[in-house]
Amino acid sequence: MEWRDHGILLTTRRHGETGAIIDVLTQDHGRHAGIVRGGASRKMAPILQPGAQLDLIWRARLEDHLGSYQAEPLRSRAVSAFSGRLALSGLNAVTALLSFAVPEREPHPDLYKRTEQLLDLLEQEEIWPLAYLRWEVALLDELGFGLDLDRCAVTGTREGLIYVSPKSGRAVSREGAGEWADRLLPLPPVLRGEGSAPDEEVVLALKTTGYFLDTKLAKSLGNRPVPDARSRFIDTFTRRI
Amino acid sequence: MSGSTDDIETLIDLMAKLPGLGPRSARRAVLHLIRKRSLLLSPLSDMMSRVAVSARECLNCGNIGTSDICDICESEKRATGELCVVEDVADLWAMERSGVFKGRYHVLGGTLSALDAVGPEELRIPRLLDRVVSEEITEVILALNATVDGQTTAHYIADQLQGRVKLTSLAQGVPIGGELDYLDDGTITAALRARKEL
Repeated sequence: MEWRDHGILLTTRRHGETGAIIDVLTQDHGRHAGIVRGGASRKMAPILQPGAQLDLIWRARLEDHLGSYQAEPLRSRAVSAFSGRLALSGLNAVTALLSFAVPEREPHPDLYKRTEQLLDLLEQEEIWPLAYLRWEVALLDELGFGLDLDRCAVTGTREGLIYVSPKSGRAVSREGAGEWADRLLPLPPVLRGEGSAPDEEVVLALKTTGYFLDTKLAKSLGNRPVPDARSRFIDTFTRRI
Repeated sequence: MSGSTDDIETLIDLMAKLPGLGPRSARRAVLHLIRKRSLLLSPLSDMMSRVAVSARECLNCGNIGTSDICDICESEKRATGELCVVEDVADLWAMERSGVFKGRYHVLGGTLSALDAVGPEELRIPRLLDRVVSEEITEVILALNATVDGQTTAHYIADQLQGRVKLTSLAQGVPIGGELDYLDDGTITAALRARKEL
């Protein structure tokens, strides 16, 4: 078995004295692990940092074997990540969430593309949180927990949508909410791609997406907690406001 | 191999578990030790027995020594107000080899890692915060590895100590004797960004 693909490195774990087992989100083969021989060496260790864009050749005798990777660097994102607290915590949140949520060996080419675009913006701290929010919405969508924010789940209207139903993930208007308003999640305009996207709204929107990550996605994965890296990123972002 | 050599085989198996040694090199090392029995094997055996009993972590900084408080923490000369935070004892020893740093150390015992579920409580971060106050520290040097986990830990500690003490970190760039052609993109980028006027 052999294939060649591009991938974004999510995690590296040492294997023996010189090897490393890497977990990579690839373009056409999904999240896929493999051994890199010599991956802990002085030459390879700087390359195998989370967020790195790699050109990969995977080889194994059988398809269900772990297999080994031959990895060549395409783009290092370590320096971008080290440029500031927000970039570093953002990179950690993205890689941790992907490792946590994306099933192994299930292709998600759209998610790969979005992740690549998001990580390329790492140094642009002004727009990164908004880009991250859009990516998180896309992640939920890709994994089957997408939000339907086009029209009110109760009245069908497209106007005045200010809540999200925690049960269905559908938008609810002020009129439709009625006496249930205090049990609904906030739907700031930024979550629908509207308005000037101030930071306060982005934080509010991340609370709403966080609810679905916690209660829907994490639940479907055996009630494992969402990685702390996400909350650390939001803390860092909130402190900046 | 016959039963009379079981002990030697066991020794070879144990040696083969050491970093940098495999079964073949362990066999060579054991053979060498046996041939130099009085010069190497006996002193080594005695010393290993002694160290097995006496080696312990310094209660203050996490360094490894043979007493509860290590020599560096005991030394009054090293109370310079500077505290160098490192990930591991090996990093402390590397810094000491250079002989440049004259202050004291704090060994975290790892880095924050989402993958391995290592949080601040698993590291010696609370103890570090105590030391900054009790030892009247004026500068904390974050000498952590230039990896994503290392830098995440550095930022976390910096957040905890912000405004209480001067915080610095090691520079990143071209190593002594390094050739640009052999450096990775990230190191070259970091070096260029941290360039200095001549």
